[in-house]
Amino acid sequence: MLNKATDIKMKNYKIPLSVRDLWVEYAVERGVVKAVRGVSLDLREGESLALIGESGCGKTTLGLSLVRLLVKAGTIRHGGINYVYREGREIDIRQLSERELQKFRWQECAMVFQSALNALNPVLTILDQFHDTFRSHGHKVTKAYTRQRAKELLREVQLDPERVIDSYPHELSGGMRQRVLLAMSLLLDPQVLILDEPTTALDILTQRTIIDLLQRLQSKLGFSMMFISHDLSTAAELADRMATMYAGVIVELGSVADTFYHPAHPYTLGLIQAVPTVTGDFEELSSIPGAPPDLIDPPSGCKFHLRCPYVAERCRHEEPTLVPVDGNPEHTAACFYPEKALAAASAMWKERRDVAGEKTL
Amino acid sequence: MTSMTKKVSFSMLRDFFRGIGRFIKLMSRNKVGFLGLLLFLWFILMAVVGPYMIEEPTSSDITAIYSPPSMEHLLGTDSQGKDIWAQIVHGSTDILKMALFTGVMATFIGVTLGSVSALAGGQFDAALSMLADIWLTIPRFPLLAVIATLVQLDNIFTLSLLLSVLSWAGLYRSIRAQVLSLKERDYVEAAIALDLGLWHIVFREVLPNMMSYIVISFTIAMRQAIYAQVGLVFLGLVPLTRNWGVMINLAWTQGAIFFKDSIYFIMAPVTAIALFVLSVVWMTRSLEEIFNPRLRTG
Amino acid sequence: MKKEHSIEVRNLVRTFGSKRNKVTAVDRVNLSIPEGSVLCLVGESGCGKTTTGKMVAGLLKPSGGEVLYQGQSIWTGKGRKSPGFKKFRLDVQIIHQDPYASLNPAHTVYDTLRYPLLRHGLVRNQQEAYERVRELLRTVGLGPVEDFLPKYPHQLSGGQRQRVSVARALTVEPRFIVADEAVSMVDVSLRISLLKLLSRLKNDLGVTYLFITHDLAIAKFFAWEGEIAVMYVGSVVERAATPQLINSPLHPYSKALLSAAPEPDPELTHQKKRFELRSQDIPSLLALPNGCRFHPRCPFFEKGLCDTVRPQLTPVGDGREVACHIAVRELGIADMAVGNLSDAHA
Repeated sequence: MLNKATDIKMKNYKIPLSVRDLWVEYAVERGVVKAVRGVSLDLREGESLALIGESGCGKTTLGLSLVRLLVKAGTIRHGGINYVYREGREIDIRQLSERELQKFRWQECAMVFQSALNALNPVLTILDQFHDTFRSHGHKVTKAYTRQRAKELLREVQLDPERVIDSYPHELSGGMRQRVLLAMSLLLDPQVLILDEPTTALDILTQRTIIDLLQRLQSKLGFSMMFISHDLSTAAELADRMATMYAGVIVELGSVADTFYHPAHPYTLGLIQAVPTVTGDFEELSSIPGAPPDLIDPPSGCKFHLRCPYVAERCRHEEPTLVPVDGNPEHTAACFYPEKALAAASAMWKERRDVAGEKTL
Repeated sequence: MTSMTKKVSFSMLRDFFRGIGRFIKLMSRNKVGFLGLLLFLWFILMAVVGPYMIEEPTSSDITAIYSPPSMEHLLGTDSQGKDIWAQIVHGSTDILKMALFTGVMATFIGVTLGSVSALAGGQFDAALSMLADIWLTIPRFPLLAVIATLVQLDNIFTLSLLLSVLSWAGLYRSIRAQVLSLKERDYVEAAIALDLGLWHIVFREVLPNMMSYIVISFTIAMRQAIYAQVGLVFLGLVPLTRNWGVMINLAWTQGAIFFKDSIYFIMAPVTAIALFVLSVVWMTRSLEEIFNPRLRTG
Repeated sequence: MKKEHSIEVRNLVRTFGSKRNKVTAVDRVNLSIPEGSVLCLVGESGCGKTTTGKMVAGLLKPSGGEVLYQGQSIWTGKGRKSPGFKKFRLDVQIIHQDPYASLNPAHTVYDTLRYPLLRHGLVRNQQEAYERVRELLRTVGLGPVEDFLPKYPHQLSGGQRQRVSVARALTVEPRFIVADEAVSMVDVSLRISLLKLLSRLKNDLGVTYLFITHDLAIAKFFAWEGEIAVMYVGSVVERAATPQLINSPLHPYSKALLSAAPEPDPELTHQKKRFELRSQDIPSLLALPNGCRFHPRCPFFEKGLCDTVRPQLTPVGDGREVACHIAVRELGIADMAVGNLSDAHA
C-alpha cells in the first residue's frame, strides 16, 4: 500500500475525477455558509484517496457535490468537476442534465453513504434492491441474471449469498448492511467509488472486515476510491494519499507516508497528536485548543490561525494556499511556516519510536 | 404610592408590555399563525366587548324579515327581522367561554393523568390504559345527548365540566404516548440520577418539551367542545339561549335553507364557528414555533 | 473489598423480554472498582457493557445478582426509599454518549446546572447558586462563563455539551462516575482534552470511573493506570491492568480486538500481525453457543472442551483474570471450570 503511491506517480496516470477550484455554499437562516472554498483535487486512476477532516470542515459537502447530491439549500457557486470515462471521453459533471446524471451515478461513480443502515429500502429484499438498481439505470436484465450477479458480488464482500439475498434489511446486522451496500455499489462496475465515513460507528472487528474488503476489492477490480472520514486510522490503513480539510479548504495533501510522518500543516500535526494508538506505549497526546470557525462569518487570514500554536502576524491577514513542501510537488500544504510543523512532527515521531524501541529492549 | 412602589409597578408594567411585544413578534414569524392570532383576538374582542357595543335584538321587526345584508343590517336579518350580526356578536360569548373552559380543563385532566400514568408505569398505568381504551369505545355524542335529557345542563360551567370529563381518554392516550417516548431520553435519565424528583421531572423536564403537543391537544379539545355544544344546542337538548348553536337550530327549524334570502341566517353562525376554529388552528402554527426551543437564542 | 466508596457488582444478571423469549444481555458479571481508580469496560456493540454500566449506576434494576456500594446492597431493604439508596443515587452519576440527547433542549446551561444545586440544598440561595455554577463551568473549562450561562444546548457544539454534562454530574459532588462512550460522538481533535478533564477530576477530587467504550485506543489512554475488562456477549472474558492487557492479551477475543484495531500510524498498522478468527458472526442472544460463547470463532478451539464447558473467569496472577480454558492451561493454572466438572463426576 505504501509503495503504491510512488508507483502511481511513476506511471503516466490517468485522472478519472478531478475538481478545480470548487466553491459550494449553503443558505441557512443566519446567512450563507461557505462550506467549500476553492478546493482543487485529483483522484488518480486506481488510487485510494482519503479526505480527512472533522465536523463542519466541508468534506461531506464536497463529496456530495461530486455527484451533485447536494440538498436544495446548497449550491455550487463556482468551479469544475471533470470526469474522464474509461474510453477517454471527458465531461464536466456540472453540465450534466438530470437524466444524464442518473446514468452517471452508480454506473460511473458510485457513492456509499455513512448511514448505510438507512440507505436500503426496508420493504424490498436484497435481491429486489439489486434488481431495482439495474433497472433504474436502464439495464433491462432478468431476475435470474440479477440473482447470479448479486450472488457473485455478495461473495466478494464475504457474505453468505444464500443467507442474504432473500432477506430484508432489518434482518441483517449493521456491518452486513454496509457490505451489502458495498456490493450494490459495485454492481454496475463503476470507475470511481466514493465512500462517506465507511468505518464510523462500526465495531473494531467489523471495521477490520470492511477495511480488508475495500483493499481486496480495489486491487481486484481496479476502481479508484475516495473516502471521506474523520478517522486517521482508516486513512493510515487504506489510503495511498491523504488530504486534510479544514474550514472548507484542503490544508495538506500528500502520500500517506509524507502526511503522517512529515506533516507540514499544524492542523494535520494536531490531528495526529490527538489520536492514540492501540498497541505501542502510552503517548503524550493533546487536543487542538479552540473550536472550528464559523463558516458564515469566518475569521480573516488563515482560518486555522486562532488555534495554531505557531501563529504569526502574517497568518492573521493572509490566507495561505497549497504550496509544495520542500520542493516536492506531490506533497503540498497551505501554511506560511511549514517548517514549524515539520520540526515538531519530527520530534514527536522520534520520541514515539524511541519509547517503542525502549519497550522492545 | 411611594417612589419605590411607583418604580416597581412601572417596571412591572414595562416588563408586561415588553413581554407582549415579544410575544407578538414571535407570533408574527409565521404569517399564517399571525393571521390566526389576529382573527382569534377579533373573536375575543367580539365576545368581550361586543355585547356592550351592539344592542341585543329582542323585538321582532316584521317588516324586515329575511332582508339581505345592507348598511343597516350587516349580515341581514332572520325570520323575525332581528339583526343577524348582532345575534352573532351576542352569541359568541357563551361559545367562546365554553370552548376555552373545556379546552383548559380537558387538557389539564389529560396531561395530568397521561404524564403520571406514563411515568409511574406498572399496574396503575396498565389499569388506566385499559380503562381509557374501553372509554374510547363509548360513542360520546349519543352519551352526551342522553345525559342532557337527564341532567339540567343550563349552565356553561356544568356543560364544560361534563365535556372535559367525557373526553379525557383521547387526550390521555396521546399525552401518555408522548411522555413515554420522552421518558427514555438521556436527559431524563440524568435527572433521575440527580434525584431531582418526580414533580421536577414531569413539570420541568418532560412537559416543557411537549408544549407544542399540549397546545395542539388543547386546540383539539376546544374544537370538540364547540362541535359538541353546537350539536347539543342544535338538537335542542340544552336550554341555552344566546348561542350560535341556537341560531343554527332556529334557522333550520324556520326552514332558512330553502330561501335565497334567508341563507345568511344559517350560514352566518356556521361560518362564525368555522372561522373561529380556523383561527385557533392557524394560531397553533405560530405557537409551535414559539415552543420550539431551537428557535430560542439565549 | 473493604475500601470505602467503592462499587462492587456480584453475579450481575440482566434479562430482557418475556418468559418464552428471554434474552440475557448481562450474564453473571463480577466487578469491583476500588476508590479513585479507573475501570474500562471494553467490547463491541451488544456485549452488554452499556447495560452493565446502567446497572452499576443504579439506573437499571438487575434481574439477578447484587450491586454493592460501600459494602451495602443498594436494591434490598426499602430499596429506593432507604437513605442508603439516596446517598448512592447522588454519589454515582452518569455521563451519556450522545451530546445531542444528554441535555434538556428547553433548559439553558444555567438552568441545567442550578436545578440539582437548589434541589438538594447544596446552595442556600440564588446568589450562591450563581457562584457555584460559574465555578463548575470554570472547572470543566467552559469560558468566558457569562457567555455560556444563557445558552441553550442547540447553540453549543458537541464537545461543549459534553462538558456541560460533566459539570452537571459534578453538581452533586459524586464519588463515582459512569462514562458511557462519553467521547465517541465528540470530534477527534477534542476527545483528548475531554479525557484529560475527566482524569484531572480523578486526580483532584478522587472520583472513581467506570469508563465504557468500544474504542481500545481511548481505553488505553484513559485507563493507562487502571484496568480494562473485556466483555463478550454478556460476560467478562478478561480483566487486567491496562499495560498488561495491551501488551500481552491472554484471551483470544482480546487478541483479536487488539490486532484488528487500525492504528493512526501507517507503518505500525501495516506491520501489525493479524489474529484471524474463524468466523465473523456474532452469536445471536437468542441462540447462544454451548460451552464457551466464543468457541465458534476461536482459533484455539478444542472440540469436546470449549463447546461443552463454559470457562470461568480465573485468576492467573498479577491481579489478572481470564475466562479461557486454553489460556489458563498454557499458564499452568488449574482450570476452575473443568475442575468443578470433574469434582462433580468424582
